[in-house]
Amino acid sequence: MNRLDRKAMAARVARDIPEGAYVNLGIGLPTRVADFLPLDREVILQSENGLLGMGPAPAPGEEDPDLINAGKEPVTLLAGGAFFHHADSFAMMRGGHIDICVLGAFQVSVHGDLANWHTDAPGAIPAVGGAMDLAIGAKRTFVMMELLTRGGASKLVESCSYPLTGLACVSRVYTDHAVFDVGPQGASVVEMIDGLTLDALQDIAGVPLRLAVGAG
Amino acid sequence: MVDKSVDSVSEAVADIADGSSVMIGGFGTAGMPDELIEALIEHGAGNLTIISNNAGNGETGVAALIKAGRVRKIVCSFPRQADSHHFDARYRADEIELELVPQGNLAARIQAAGAGLGGIFTPTGYGTLLAEGKETRRIDGRDYVLEYPIRADFALIKGRRADRWGNLVYRKTARNFGPIMAMAARTAIAQVEEIVPLGSLDPETIVTPGIFVQRVVAFAPSAARAA
Repeated sequence: MNRLDRKAMAARVARDIPEGAYVNLGIGLPTRVADFLPLDREVILQSENGLLGMGPAPAPGEEDPDLINAGKEPVTLLAGGAFFHHADSFAMMRGGHIDICVLGAFQVSVHGDLANWHTDAPGAIPAVGGAMDLAIGAKRTFVMMELLTRGGASKLVESCSYPLTGLACVSRVYTDHAVFDVGPQGASVVEMIDGLTLDALQDIAGVPLRLAVGAG
Repeated sequence: MVDKSVDSVSEAVADIADGSSVMIGGFGTAGMPDELIEALIEHGAGNLTIISNNAGNGETGVAALIKAGRVRKIVCSFPRQADSHHFDARYRADEIELELVPQGNLAARIQAAGAGLGGIFTPTGYGTLLAEGKETRRIDGRDYVLEYPIRADFALIKGRRADRWGNLVYRKTARNFGPIMAMAARTAIAQVEEIVPLGSLDPETIVTPGIFVQRVVAFAPSAARAA
């Protein structure tokens, strides 16, 4: 059984992003999804700091400190791209204009609750940024994460123990073991890596699972 | 003749008093009005409430203001970053108060203040720690949190060009909070790369109409100074 590495996970998410979609990729791991979008598929990336039509990183020496992404890294603007202020940017999210957002997570519940902003650890300085707006605003919210913590605990849970980012907002979870749909009916397995069975996956994930319709 | 241009950044911030609330534009360092903030530090006002997306990056801008000990409270969405050490130190020493606001709520509350609204019902944050104790309402089957407008005595923002009426255009993603902060502050002060003659900004592409801006001051872009 070969778990997907982070590149393979990003490539797997990219497969599910259709032509014409308006997409916001969260900071960290989700940003890598952009590298795997096929060149012949026109997908329009939004960045919370006021840009649509975000392109890849500039060539060395071409960086512009006024042209950055949500992670404050230099980016480029594609032909057709646009700049706008912060209230418009978040209206795009909250108003349901963004088709898909992809976020990282500490935990996701089988009902689609998301925890990804704060661990409540002693001494941790809380920071939320745009996570709460993105999570509940996009038409579909995807999570991309390793299924297990470094300590081996499942991050797909019955109910989040970390502080919530949003309630019932995640629809699909891409992990290194499997792809899950989550929602009011609980978690179902869309696909899993070779060599894994539903029973074995359920043992690893520690939550009740069923096969999604059409999965197998 | 209406002329909102002032000759220097120190003149632009001269009436910011101790205890003022000050919005500061910028997302990270993009759009951060560094020279206005340097002038504010030199001017000496303290006990400030700062409203800004981040709690400072590196050594300039909001970070420099915090380092100088002028900030009593900061209202922001994303304080903790790799280079927010000046904020981190003051926060851990209990020398600065933090009000954490989701970024979109921050933008909407600032915009609401500028638009004269008494509050907004937002779905963001519903059911989370950041909405605890706040009034909620179900509207058309969806749950919302009542959030109040955020206004300020002053806004310090950065544009690309201005004219003497205060009309502004910005540069790329440095626009971010500038337009809405200009609306929400009693006195909005914009530092720009150049002040151009009235009539030379294309009226179809003016981003912030001059009615929202009280002072403009020309200051060469940081990149030019560094070069």
